[in-house]
Amino acid sequence: MERLCDCCSNPAVVHETIVTNGVKAEVHLCAEHAAERGYILPSATGPSLVVGKLLQKAQAAAGRTQKTCSGCGGTMQSIREAGLAGCPLCYRQFEEELGALINRAQGGASVHVGRHPAHAADLVDRAALRNRLAKELREAVGREEYERAAKIRDRLQALDGSATEALGVLDGNGGGGGGDGDGGETAAEEGGRGA
Amino acid sequence: MNPTGDSSGPSQPSMGRGTPVNHGAAHVSRLIGLDGAERPPESDCVLSSRIRLARNLLGFNFVNRATPQMLADVVHRVQAARLGGPFSDGVRWVNVQTTTPADRLQLFERNFISRPFVEASHPRAVAISSDESASVMVNEEDHLRLQMLAPGLQLRPLAERMFAFDAELERGLEFAFHPRFGYLTACPTNVGTGIRVSAMLHLPALSLMQELDKVQRAAKDLHLAVRGFHGEGTDALGDFFQVSNQVTLGRSEQDIVDEFTRSIVPQFIDYERAARDELCARDAATIDDRVFRALGILRSCRLLSLDEAIKFLARVRLGVTLGRITDVSLSLIDRMLVEVQPAHLARATGCPLGNGRDDRAARADFVRRTLH
Repeated sequence: MERLCDCCSNPAVVHETIVTNGVKAEVHLCAEHAAERGYILPSATGPSLVVGKLLQKAQAAAGRTQKTCSGCGGTMQSIREAGLAGCPLCYRQFEEELGALINRAQGGASVHVGRHPAHAADLVDRAALRNRLAKELREAVGREEYERAAKIRDRLQALDGSATEALGVLDGNGGGGGGDGDGGETAAEEGGRGA
Repeated sequence: MNPTGDSSGPSQPSMGRGTPVNHGAAHVSRLIGLDGAERPPESDCVLSSRIRLARNLLGFNFVNRATPQMLADVVHRVQAARLGGPFSDGVRWVNVQTTTPADRLQLFERNFISRPFVEASHPRAVAISSDESASVMVNEEDHLRLQMLAPGLQLRPLAERMFAFDAELERGLEFAFHPRFGYLTACPTNVGTGIRVSAMLHLPALSLMQELDKVQRAAKDLHLAVRGFHGEGTDALGDFFQVSNQVTLGRSEQDIVDEFTRSIVPQFIDYERAARDELCARDAATIDDRVFRALGILRSCRLLSLDEAIKFLARVRLGVTLGRITDVSLSLIDRMLVEVQPAHLARATGCPLGNGRDDRAARADFVRRTLH
């Protein structure tokens, strides 16, 4: 049987199950009321529902920040509305929010593996080193080798990102840090061949 | 019209399929089919292979947030760069913003440009290689969409050519890249390799056996996008299905191409071939009736809609690949699948574009003449 909108008698096009503190609630909305509540519906050229929803969640997770991109003046709000980033710098400015979205959309992957432009070889090498050190740091902490862990942390801090940030990269991928570390190395090796 | 498909056809320019392609080490091969005609690999079940890379220029806003002046600058920047690769032997640039609607539609029907690219109004252009195997859309959703096409299943040679082309292009253009996210694209779900590997499958036997739901589920399990004859949002007209990768991050381009070639596409091919064998063994007369009836309609009709044309050509295609129909070549059918479309038809016959009845009469006339 066709579901009707919770707010009117039109057929519902958006169906969502929300679990809050273990309590499950279902939401069914028609296109008009879905739009009112900020859902982005799929269209021929517009953003997909999935992208829009993931972006919404990413934005909610980031505490509805209103940071502005220094490159294009865009915000997470404008990215959410368009389903598209505004410029390459958006990915730096909104790294956390977009990273969460990308991670979900890409089935858990969070670090690039493969070809890269010659101009980015240094960046890729540094990212690979950071991933490897972060993995070693986690292992050292796991084995309670705190002296070694402190040294690794210092090396990480000497790189362009903080240790926390590097660990964040690892954690984002789930399924253990090995995959990330290996991925970064592969990228660096391919870069060497491609340069 | 020569039914063996050797003629270049009434429309211009000729399809890239008619020209063997060989650039450096990456050789796009051809095989000989049962009817003696040249056949690309696995062409009984795979109409064509395509690889696309999304790239954006450093220092420019993405297309959705760029001013017309910025977009015009992007076009100039790309036009000034040496394209190289498959474009070394000649390149045709089309200013898509100023060209006629009929030209735009013809480029779309030839798969050089996408539907949104046809309908947009901002500054944009497309470069087409002289052998028509490669194109570069400038200012689609991303600044550059590099695309290579080949008949049949030829993803590996296409990939080799594409990577060489990309590396050559990068000497003249600086692409936006992030160490964690890879190549940056306007849509956050395309970042990483920015690669889209796809195969246009022809699955008429699975359709006849009503197994397509299983195919769709299998594709979903393999994290593939499934689209129709004309890409996103189109129906599976003629039982043609385009499958493409959705994951672009965390796996190398080569991995994705290898998986498609070694595992994904062969699964669909094996499934379809088994269905064809079963249908032929179970009731060959029904298959024969279906394919020869389609050929009969195409050779006799007086009014033919586009959907009918695709449907019956697809059935004849099945008959040719099964070796039941032997007086029509596969290359001719595959070429006709393009040439019966509105803009090609209008150019070939002079009939007005999209004029219902005249259009159908012109299509029927064209198909009859081509198949006799």
